[in-house]
Amino acid sequence: MADVTDPLSDSPAIEVTGLSCGYDGQPVLKDVSFTVKRGEVFFVIGGSGCGKSTLLRNLIGLNHPLAGTVKFLGQSFTHADLAARRALLKTFGVLYQGGALWSSLTLRQNVALPLEEHTALSPREIGELATLKLAQVGLTGFEDYYPSEISGGMKKRAGLARALALDPSIVFLDEPSAGLDPVTSRKLDELVLQVRETFGTTLVVVSHELASIYSIADRVIMLDRGEQKIIAEGAPRELAAHSRDPRVIDFLHRGDRPAAPTG
Amino acid sequence: MSAPASPARADATLEGETLSVQLAGDWSITGPRPNWPAALAGRAPKRVVLGSAGLGQWDSSLLLFLFEAQQWCRIVGAHCDIKALPEKIHALLRQMSTSHETSVPFDRSENFFTGVGEATIDVWRKTKVFAHFIGECVLGGVRLVKHPQKFRWGDFIEEMQLCGAMALPIVSLVSFLVGVTLAYTGAIVLRQYGGDIYVADLVGLSMVREMGALMTGVVLAGRTGAAFAATLGNMKANEEIDALETLGISAVDFLVLPRLLALGVMMPLLAIYANALGILGGMAVSMKVLSIPPTAYWVELLTIVDMSDMLVGVIKAVVFGLIIGLAGCLRGIEAERSAAGVGRAATSAVVTAILLIIVADAIFAVAFDILGL
Repeated sequence: MADVTDPLSDSPAIEVTGLSCGYDGQPVLKDVSFTVKRGEVFFVIGGSGCGKSTLLRNLIGLNHPLAGTVKFLGQSFTHADLAARRALLKTFGVLYQGGALWSSLTLRQNVALPLEEHTALSPREIGELATLKLAQVGLTGFEDYYPSEISGGMKKRAGLARALALDPSIVFLDEPSAGLDPVTSRKLDELVLQVRETFGTTLVVVSHELASIYSIADRVIMLDRGEQKIIAEGAPRELAAHSRDPRVIDFLHRGDRPAAPTG
Repeated sequence: MSAPASPARADATLEGETLSVQLAGDWSITGPRPNWPAALAGRAPKRVVLGSAGLGQWDSSLLLFLFEAQQWCRIVGAHCDIKALPEKIHALLRQMSTSHETSVPFDRSENFFTGVGEATIDVWRKTKVFAHFIGECVLGGVRLVKHPQKFRWGDFIEEMQLCGAMALPIVSLVSFLVGVTLAYTGAIVLRQYGGDIYVADLVGLSMVREMGALMTGVVLAGRTGAAFAATLGNMKANEEIDALETLGISAVDFLVLPRLLALGVMMPLLAIYANALGILGGMAVSMKVLSIPPTAYWVELLTIVDMSDMLVGVIKAVVFGLIIGLAGCLRGIEAERSAAGVGRAATSAVVTAILLIIVADAIFAVAFDILGL
């Protein structure tokens, strides 16, 4: 959040080495390696079925990789024992595609739950922080609403507030713009940048929304379904301008259309 | 955040009426941190000056400390000087102060009369929905008779397997044990009067007229009724039912009728099967405990149980099956679009089905008595 003084401060936020992941022993991605710098807005992009969500699930520990390691802030997450793993879980937050808010809890309770589980704060302090987190995502006045009573965009913002509850160093966002209108999507992008500016958080975004990629990504990796690996890595505008790979060009220029005939 | 390298500190020194608090170390929300009353240590300064010279990593835990300090100063009328803190902290404190002031708890409480009124309206609404649903099912039945080729026979057969064949193990166990229990209970009384053989009458009549259909109904209400409600509730949450409606396909025809008819067909078959298992259970107890040979048990059973008793059991089973199907499907279609809503729908389907089965059973008892069956 502020000045980083721990001895591992030079290590990248995320370091992925030789990661192979898939289901039932069948790889979806093979030998994937990349690093994410601290405070970076890093996008994982690619067409449908290329393994973006599979990669994310392996990064956050929901699935175990077939091979390779994932390190957060210099510490191995893949091979961590239970105690180390539990400690590392507090270093990152996740915004799921649909928000994944607990439907039986109000927004305030949703944000408060991680604080109740992982801190020794008093209920008053937890309430205060939950209110602040919701205010930071623009949900003041909706603290006592249930998820079923708010819109899809608000659910995502509430999900982001919950992901930020423990002030994590890293936040993963799975398709944050999916299902949102362009204006709401842009506001969410601005929120992502604001989170980075305020907290110095590293943000890893899984998305295929070109508008978001161009507006907020510092660096992207592009996955390919056929090759089952990373086919491009770099700043999105640089890739769009200089890549010779037709798949990358096709993906990053898919918004370009010939002008409609006039007259 | 990663583990703090040095512990969080708030070093407070009082000079005259000014309390100078130097914030230092790494502040982590998941670790220990100083609190404002401890820093204050019972002192009552007129001015509080906060500094961050030795501050390392920090997060919301620091904000909580500073916010508490500001609140204290406001309450006691002391001046709180935070100029020495970084601008980022100023901004966050302003945000925290604003959210604290503008957050008003949403009052969901209601007075007694509003509650009664809303409950009454809800009962009326549910009655209308239930009547509408029954009407839809009747109309769906008429459409089925008129256009049987449009009926989803594949789903119907699959549902028959799911709610019938797949339920055989649990129905077998429950019915056999009910027969055993009835025989033991009857034996206690009948043995005293030398009427051991009448255990066969007790078990046979109870199973065929009453317990076979009732116990099968209860088992299927928990097994199949809940499954119907959960499946349809999930489909509603996924907007699958909306998709049917917008394509002009009746959800009742597509989803409800195959399930309803499958249960209507399988329930009487399962009830007859349950009767047989219950009678077998009674026979086993009679053999072991009362030393009644199976042939004697069977001959005695045939003197009391006739086809009218079987008919009574089968009629009940058909009605119970329809009740379970209707309750399950209605609760599923009515479910709220959330995980909790699906859970509530499944629970409600089971409770509704069992309640209606017992009510229907009581009505049957009176009706069959009047009809002399």
